[in-house]
Amino acid sequence: MIRWLSQTVVPVVTILVALVAIWYAAAIPMNSARTYMMAPDDAEIPFSELVTDTWSQKKPQLPLPHQIVAEVKKQATFSWIWKEKRRGYKRSLIYHTWVTLSSTLLGFALGLVLGVSLSLAIVYSRVMDLSVMPWVITSQTIPIIAIAPMIIVLMAPLGFTGLMPKGVISMYLSYFPIVIGMTKGLRSSDPILEDQMKTWSATAFQTFWLLRLPSALPFLFPAMKIGLAAALVGAVVAELPSGARAGLGARLLVFSYRSETIPMWANLIAAAILAGLLVVSFSLLERALNRRLGFRNAAEASS
Amino acid sequence: MTLAIAAIVVWIGLWALNVMLARWLPERQARIVVPIVFGLTLVLVVELLVTGLKVPFVILPKPSEMVARLFTSLPMLWEDFAQTILKGALTGYIMGCAAALFVAFLASRSDFLRRGLLPLGNFVAALPVVGLAPIMVMWFGFGWESKAAIVVSMCFFPMLVNSVQGLAATSAIERDLFKTYAATPVQQLSLLRLPAAMPFILNGLKVCTPLALIGAIVAEFFGSPFLGMGFRIKTSVGTLSLDLVWAEIIVAALAGTGFFGLLLIVERSLTFWHPSQRR
Repeated sequence: MIRWLSQTVVPVVTILVALVAIWYAAAIPMNSARTYMMAPDDAEIPFSELVTDTWSQKKPQLPLPHQIVAEVKKQATFSWIWKEKRRGYKRSLIYHTWVTLSSTLLGFALGLVLGVSLSLAIVYSRVMDLSVMPWVITSQTIPIIAIAPMIIVLMAPLGFTGLMPKGVISMYLSYFPIVIGMTKGLRSSDPILEDQMKTWSATAFQTFWLLRLPSALPFLFPAMKIGLAAALVGAVVAELPSGARAGLGARLLVFSYRSETIPMWANLIAAAILAGLLVVSFSLLERALNRRLGFRNAAEASS
Repeated sequence: MTLAIAAIVVWIGLWALNVMLARWLPERQARIVVPIVFGLTLVLVVELLVTGLKVPFVILPKPSEMVARLFTSLPMLWEDFAQTILKGALTGYIMGCAAALFVAFLASRSDFLRRGLLPLGNFVAALPVVGLAPIMVMWFGFGWESKAAIVVSMCFFPMLVNSVQGLAATSAIERDLFKTYAATPVQQLSLLRLPAAMPFILNGLKVCTPLALIGAIVAEFFGSPFLGMGFRIKTSVGTLSLDLVWAEIIVAALAGTGFFGLLLIVERSLTFWHPSQRR
């Protein structure tokens, strides 16, 4: 416990504190242009006044952590559930986080299905391995944002609008780590054990279900974690060209047009918290499942 | 309709050809020929389907029309390419990766820094950093500088995590050996730590390649001068000149794949000793 404190917590906290200190210091020169603009000509601004002004502007170049936290607190309300929207759009940060979360989860689920089925095909068919695998890798070197508007245009006449195209865009980013991890995992079973299965005259399905799938799981879970984070990036990016009105990415675009910097940063913090929650909850799930299936952690297994 | 049926026939025929190629060709040729046949099959099937089912131009242009557009507007595409990829993405990529490498060197000298940076870097690498794009546009203006800045912030942490891990990848025995030979710190770095870190560093570079492209193009959605790939895509979708959008997508795909291929060649020549390169 003490070891954990001194070797992990102390260094991380030290660096975090240093970063926040740099943040506050950097805000003074970055926001000072506005202070000088507002002051009368040739007026000497004492340093203390400069600091208080640059740390409390309404539309600063660099909002400060305390301003952002206050904004997050103000906007993170559940009032949209019972109150009608007033100014044409809903203000609650939680509502927009939920919109982004829903397309993230949809994209992740689609990516999981596509990724796992592709990797099964790749592992069990040599033609698929040869012909599809290079294109799977190529697909990731094509920037998703270039294709995103086209996916929306393509899917609209098929009757898919709103959530579904965003999910497909998330899928495009999240299926890749899953294909790679799952393929590696399915091929990682011990050859000796495979021979053993053969001696027991196990069917192909039994070999898959009892040997290959369990040995693939330690590879699948970390890949799924990366896929989940990628799905979130996809969801945020997908909201930019789609003309969406709700969601963290769409709000970012709106606030950037109005150069409302504090809400912009509040949105970013919401996205960061969402990412953190997703990764942490998935890690907990992974640990519970591993224990249930009698595995050690992937990290322990590899060391 | 007949063309749509032809598409299915073509699909089945070329897939059968691929099955045969995969079985009969030697491993090395098969690795090159089979994916190419598969890609051509896809393009051909889409072309036939789009023509046969009379898909309107505003939904999906024919692949032949996309390629035709690619060649007719080559000068414009080159300007967009230079603006977005050469100036925005590549500059940011080099700066971000170099900065991450530098910090990783510092971290490899100080255990405290490494322990503090690694969990933070891992966390930040999982965040949607691309959201910083509008802020970078606000800070650095509409030009390519803001695109380079967002690329720097997107590439920094994945690269940092990989390099820090790589520079820590030497074993105690190897380090002891260098100490017995009285190697200077510089020698230890250049002869032991850096070569051992190479697979990790190249992996980081590979991870950052698509990120750099995404960052540079996304940032153009938040403001750009009257050129650039993201700008062109955004405006061309508005005017329904979809063949131009697809031509830009082809350019982006070629750029991304080309750069990735270059990295693979570098990887093969620098880390030929690593188990993953064994053939």
